[in-house]
Amino acid sequence: MANTQETVVLSGHIIDSLILAKVLDTILMMGGTFDLEEVSIGKTRNEPSRARIIVRASSRNLLADILQAIQPHGASVDRELDCQSKPAPSDGVFPEDFYATTHLPTQIRIAGQWLDVEGIEMDLGIVVNPKKTGACAVPMGNVRRGDLVVTGRTGIRVTPLQRPQERDVFSFMESQVSAERPHGHIIADVAKRMRVLREGFGTGRPDCKVLLAGGPAIIHAGGRDALTWLIDEGFIHVLFCGNALAAHDMEAELYGTSLGYGLAAGRAVPHGHEHHLRTINRVRGIGSIQKAVNTGLIKQGIMASCVKRGVQVVMAGTIRDDGPLPGVITDSIAAQAAMRAAIPGVGLALLIASTLHSVATGNLLPATIPTVCVDVNPAVPTKLADRGSFQAVGLVMDAASFLRDVARELGWKG
Amino acid sequence: MSRLLVCPPDYFRIDYEINPWMRRSNVVEPEWAIRQWHGLMKVLEEDIGVMLERMTPMPGVPDLVFTANAGVVVGRKAVPSRFRYPERQREEAYFERWFRDHEYEIVTLDQEMYFEGAGDLLGFPDGWFGGYRQRSEIRAFPILSEVFGQEILPLELIDSRFYHLDTCFCPLSGGELLYYPAAFDQYGQATIAERIATERRLAVPEQEALKFACNAVCVGKHVVLPAGCPSTMTLLESRGYQLHPVPLDEFMKSGGSAKCLTLALD
Repeated sequence: MANTQETVVLSGHIIDSLILAKVLDTILMMGGTFDLEEVSIGKTRNEPSRARIIVRASSRNLLADILQAIQPHGASVDRELDCQSKPAPSDGVFPEDFYATTHLPTQIRIAGQWLDVEGIEMDLGIVVNPKKTGACAVPMGNVRRGDLVVTGRTGIRVTPLQRPQERDVFSFMESQVSAERPHGHIIADVAKRMRVLREGFGTGRPDCKVLLAGGPAIIHAGGRDALTWLIDEGFIHVLFCGNALAAHDMEAELYGTSLGYGLAAGRAVPHGHEHHLRTINRVRGIGSIQKAVNTGLIKQGIMASCVKRGVQVVMAGTIRDDGPLPGVITDSIAAQAAMRAAIPGVGLALLIASTLHSVATGNLLPATIPTVCVDVNPAVPTKLADRGSFQAVGLVMDAASFLRDVARELGWKG
Repeated sequence: MSRLLVCPPDYFRIDYEINPWMRRSNVVEPEWAIRQWHGLMKVLEEDIGVMLERMTPMPGVPDLVFTANAGVVVGRKAVPSRFRYPERQREEAYFERWFRDHEYEIVTLDQEMYFEGAGDLLGFPDGWFGGYRQRSEIRAFPILSEVFGQEILPLELIDSRFYHLDTCFCPLSGGELLYYPAAFDQYGQATIAERIATERRLAVPEQEALKFACNAVCVGKHVVLPAGCPSTMTLLESRGYQLHPVPLDEFMKSGGSAKCLTLALD
């Protein structure tokens, strides 16, 4: 965490004496920032007022300097306590009063020191390592009997996201989702980010991967060529999908249909409903999508480009899947773990035309990762935006239109 | 009738240096000091009619003479001082005993909650001001505010020569304030301006502030102030005050004057 912080309390006749103003001015003048967490103002002249101020600074030294400067004016560091922890009673079970995480940057206090919680995502527990030198967010199912799990609420602090420095669509902190809003500037900003991230990824900068989680509507609606191009051009680095996206992508390659509909002609072709089954069957026969691409069975398309470009693909299965294709993870918890493992390094997430995969991915993402959710159903972007991330942008639009517009912004001639 | 606590300067001398005025080399002339102190007492008792309570001077505590720092007294309630410097901490027991012997209800502050009495807590009937940073801790004021049920607006003292509030800030009985603005920062000056109307603020020039013109004792329309402050006298005369300049330069060697030598009891 770049920022360090401390909570201070100021009490007495701090309003009319301008002591509160002086303390806040001092923090800003010294290069720190603050949040007024709580201000209670005396109702009469004689009644004292009280303010709780979170002081933030870019370094520990600066924070110490600021605290030293404001303490003579009565700002006293709020008495802080270490966090509590209890051993997990058995495998896969948290202690009764475990602390449930948010997707915001989180720290816990151990032996007077604030430690960053690694791998933060929402709805997990926090496990402290046995030496008490670090902590990470852990899903319920992964906790082992005896693991030290943080309980209660003391000694835990959650940092709200700072407004991003880049002035683009992600910096406006808007969570409204509407089909009536113009999309052009949002798409332009997304494309701009993708261009910057591709360059960063190419030069080995951290957190420059672009993750795309998508549903089969991308194929049905005609977004396959644009997405293939984006993958070929190195704009996408991680793909989350289910059995269907991969199956219909390869069905399109083998039969020119998507779930039996001719993609070019736009109507059902005879026995088209069998195409995706035959596709899945052939890939199962070969053994893997990678082999299907390497042997030349699948020459083009999303999956082919992923194999050729070395894009990391996680396919999570569902109970309605046919086949499934080799590589589809049918154990939901294992799929979740595989997706979680692919999150580190992601700097932008595009969640497109899939309620299931969008929500699942959204739950795994820390709030710090800018996220775009595209769906014709406003409920999906709304659900994602309601997670409280300042950097989640919702677009109510067709998946193919979005992908084509983004690709064109980036130079696609299709 | 006003009552003031005073302490004869039998043992007054400069044994240590804890403010910019004190120089051990600048030796106090005991005879002069005693004569000046008695001069002040004569004015207070005979000219103004104040009742004086005399403490017993003690050897080894030369600044016991500055009774303004005994603590703060309101009605029958007394909060004895907690001195910042060990040199003056020895006085705490004497002052506390005096309050106890005179049956005051005593409220004690924690050991390190520095608060130097009426030297740093002054005010008008409807609002008090507390000087902090040099000697008293700002954290003492919310406690005192609760003890006395009074609003206390803290004012930072930014010039070490004006190390107590009573060296640069003197509320007068008519609602005017005699003060030296440059002893306060912008926030303090704004706070004072917010509470005391322009026509009631009497700013003392630097030259006289350095003679401790603000370290004056105001009883009714009488003001006792150190001699040699003509501009301040003109200011006060224009407001109808009756002035009693008293030579107190032996005590200025220690950084104190008329007000520092007295503590208002009621």
